[in-house]
Amino acid sequence: MKHLFKIFLLVSALGVSACTNPGRFDNGGAAGADTLNGAVSDPASPAYFQQVVGDRILFLVNQSTVNESARAVLVTQARWMLQNPEYTAIIEGHADERGTREYNLALGARRANSVQEFLISQGISASRLRTVTFGKERPVEICSAESCYNQNRRAVTVLAAGGLS
Amino acid sequence: MRIFQALTLASTLALAALIQPVSAQENRGPLRIEITEGVIEPLPFAVASFVAENAAAAEFASQISQVVAADLTGTGLFREIPADAFVTQITNFASPVEYANWKAIKAQALISGSVSAGVNGALTVKFRVFDVYAEAQLGDGLQLGGSARSWRRIAHKVADVVYSRITGEGGYFDSRVVYVAETGPKDDRRKRLAVMDYDGANVQYLTDSSAIVLAPRFSPKGDRILYTSYETGFPQIMALDVGSVQRRALPVPAETMTFAPRFSPDGQTVVFSLSRGGNTDIYKMALNGGTPQRLTSTTAIETAPSYSPDGSQIVFESDRSGGQQLYIMPAGGGEARRISFGQGRYGTPVWSPRGDLIAFTKQSKGRFHIGVMRTDGSEERLLTASFLDEGPSWSPNGRVIMFTRETQGASGAPSLYTVDITGRNLRRLRTEGAASDPAWSPLLK
Repeated sequence: MKHLFKIFLLVSALGVSACTNPGRFDNGGAAGADTLNGAVSDPASPAYFQQVVGDRILFLVNQSTVNESARAVLVTQARWMLQNPEYTAIIEGHADERGTREYNLALGARRANSVQEFLISQGISASRLRTVTFGKERPVEICSAESCYNQNRRAVTVLAAGGLS
Repeated sequence: MRIFQALTLASTLALAALIQPVSAQENRGPLRIEITEGVIEPLPFAVASFVAENAAAAEFASQISQVVAADLTGTGLFREIPADAFVTQITNFASPVEYANWKAIKAQALISGSVSAGVNGALTVKFRVFDVYAEAQLGDGLQLGGSARSWRRIAHKVADVVYSRITGEGGYFDSRVVYVAETGPKDDRRKRLAVMDYDGANVQYLTDSSAIVLAPRFSPKGDRILYTSYETGFPQIMALDVGSVQRRALPVPAETMTFAPRFSPDGQTVVFSLSRGGNTDIYKMALNGGTPQRLTSTTAIETAPSYSPDGSQIVFESDRSGGQQLYIMPAGGGEARRISFGQGRYGTPVWSPRGDLIAFTKQSKGRFHIGVMRTDGSEERLLTASFLDEGPSWSPNGRVIMFTRETQGASGAPSLYTVDITGRNLRRLRTEGAASDPAWSPLLK
């Protein structure tokens, strides 16, 4: 808990300023990594959420359906969020580069929404969740091959401390 | 005199006829390029280096001549005869042209001019166009005035007049392009808005790279730009005043994301995509605010709207049939008719300023194309093919399309290309770095 305490101190020092841009605990989302994630060994840490629970699910080409293995990840994400009610989350929807810019933005919105709806169905309050699409603007893998594309067709649950309103 | 009247609308660059026309009838002569589908042989022309009327004008005279020649050559419709092939030079703008000397080098068109620089730094440029084989001047000689700083614009206006007189079509050289300048690796791209002359000169950055910016669009007058920004952390449409570089967010409902904006032809309305609860539909609202009006209401993705030039219809893309296709609906919303039926996916439709064609991006068999079709979907024609071509934008005269081409792989990067609507004359535009999402301005005034 010592780590978590430090995290919150830092976050409040940063002012938790922007209403729509809360301090993010990010790992491979669109905002880039930061150092506030805590230790993976601490089950209440964002690092644990990212690396043990799994902060992302993947999608098929042009699809926004949450498949079975993705559902298992989201069930665990929901359980974690229920156990750690001080966190909110922004769900980022992403697309691979094999589409037009505008369509990919809309597709990313669909994917993020699929995750949001699933988490809500698992008991997470809608007020703790918000979605954003990045379309094809923030790939995590940069090769032009399916091995990269399938990592980029993703929705990432990015934890934040503080309200989303 | 049609051209004279059109160009005297210029506020910063005054244009005047050098001489009164001897006849009310415009002299078109036999010198004429008809821009058609067939293969054409570029028309050979010569630009006699413009005569400097005084010492201060010397550098401008040479540069203006070069830009005029580059504009014409860049169309693919003209071929410049280099000055070292000339039999003679023009040293006096007022002297009669010795046609035999220009016939000898097979120049069909000849452009001559003069530049004088005033004490206050103002330039005065005079020019004439000649049909060498008809041994006649083509249209009136014209005079342009402007500040020394605007010498490139003066040159573009000269070239626009020459282009118009020979093709019978409006020009497009005195225009600008807004685009997204990109730096950094593919997984950490930094993007900023930039604007430049149509040929890549005079780059000016309009935003910093602190937030992702996407797909800028000019207003019909060229004085404003709509674009999508992540300044708030979420995609939202911004309106930017080109002159002051002041920007403001378009007020939209909370918990929504907005993108893909375009102006209506009167510049008063913005049509765009609004995403709420995972569903993206097309809306419109007054530029000055007000309640967004919903124009589509399906569970499918509807985006990339573009008005017809008369403002009565909107072309857009939707995946309501299962994949991206193009549709046209009335500007107030209502039933849409599908116009694309070929193999593959169709997106980013843009209505031509002439109203006759719609440009689009097509994905088929792993390749991306820029194409055009008539507004009823007939006569589809693919103009390009590559790993990733997207986002067409029309030149002011509806003859040329600019678009983004991105190369493949981890070091892949986008750049700007142009292609003629006949599919000829594919050219890469030189920019300082990677560039995407070009949008052509109207012809400047």
